[in-house]
Amino acid sequence: MSFTELFSLALGAILMENFVLVKFLGCCPFLGVSKKTETAVGMGMAVIFVMTVASAATYLVNEYVLLRFDLEYMQTVAFILIIASLVQFVEMFLMKAMPALYQALGIYLPLITTNCAVLGVALLNVQQELNFIGSVVYGFSAAVGFTLAIVLFASVRERLEFAECPPSFEGFPIALISASLLAMAFMGFQGLKIF
Amino acid sequence: MKKFLQQLYEGIFTNNPVFVQLIGMCPTLATTTSLQNGIGMGLAATAVLICSNAVISLLRKLIPSKVRIAAYITIIAGFVTAVDLLIQAYLPDLSKSLGLFIPLIVVNCIILARAEAFASKNGVLPSIGDGLAMGLGFTFALCVLSTIREILGAGTLMGYPLFGDSFQPAILMILPAGGFLTLGFVIALFQKLLKKKGA
Repeated sequence: MSFTELFSLALGAILMENFVLVKFLGCCPFLGVSKKTETAVGMGMAVIFVMTVASAATYLVNEYVLLRFDLEYMQTVAFILIIASLVQFVEMFLMKAMPALYQALGIYLPLITTNCAVLGVALLNVQQELNFIGSVVYGFSAAVGFTLAIVLFASVRERLEFAECPPSFEGFPIALISASLLAMAFMGFQGLKIF
Repeated sequence: MKKFLQQLYEGIFTNNPVFVQLIGMCPTLATTTSLQNGIGMGLAATAVLICSNAVISLLRKLIPSKVRIAAYITIIAGFVTAVDLLIQAYLPDLSKSLGLFIPLIVVNCIILARAEAFASKNGVLPSIGDGLAMGLGFTFALCVLSTIREILGAGTLMGYPLFGDSFQPAILMILPAGGFLTLGFVIALFQKLLKKKGA
């Protein structure tokens, strides 16, 4: 893949096809761990790390194991097992090798197994027939898009804490409505399709 | 029987997975652009939930607690693959419009949450009942959301036009932003109703 194609793929995954606000992948952590900007940044970093590694790992397994032995129908099962064990492995590795980073990301890592953005990116890589580099770039930039959305949303939510709103809207509903406004803002990026 | 009705009531109203427990948001937001998609997604998830609850409940004494999450996910993924292939074979249109979100039932938090909170502690029959109740609650939530979004966003219901030609649909409602907006308003309504009941 040429550099221009990769760039267009990355820009698309971050802005025009933002995983959370346009594709609705990874909404649970987006709504669940976005009360504080710090935790949102932590979650975002953990997702970037896991999604990049998971894209690479699932690409290799799909190409050299599943396709070779005609097992494409096992994709969902194989990918989720890879992701679950990868998350576990990353957790153990960080605990030993980088305790400081583990302290920062530790609690978010197990949550990532059930983040549908990770499984989603693995399946989308296969659907779009990306090659190895394309898969890794797509996984990484999709995760960057996720981080961008969750950090923006968390800073909006911090302000919301002090805003007055009708009692039935307190908490979750008003957060959803601000997410809707954020999604409308991201609709503005649709016109960016330059390539 | 009475206990089952109680479960059903909790699953659909007082403990609705989407409106009250606030889990399983991704498919809720993504697939509710039309009532047909909403019902399809809800029933597919219900089928997986009933089967996985039953099997996990049967195996609950055999699965070591340390690897239970991985074991649950494998069981769930197996059923999801089966449902995915069945939908592809018999309902190709639905499969096309739901796309990625059928395999993503695997990571739907509702299914794993019910496995962990209910099926791993209870017998087979109550677990099946719980799966059915929660699944129907999820389907109910999807139907409510998709009805609102389809009527406002496309002016149709189940694909049939409801209004005359002069009706201008608010396309925003079937776009992602409309999904967040509708869900926000419906949850606010639920909070109001539940508060009134509690008071």
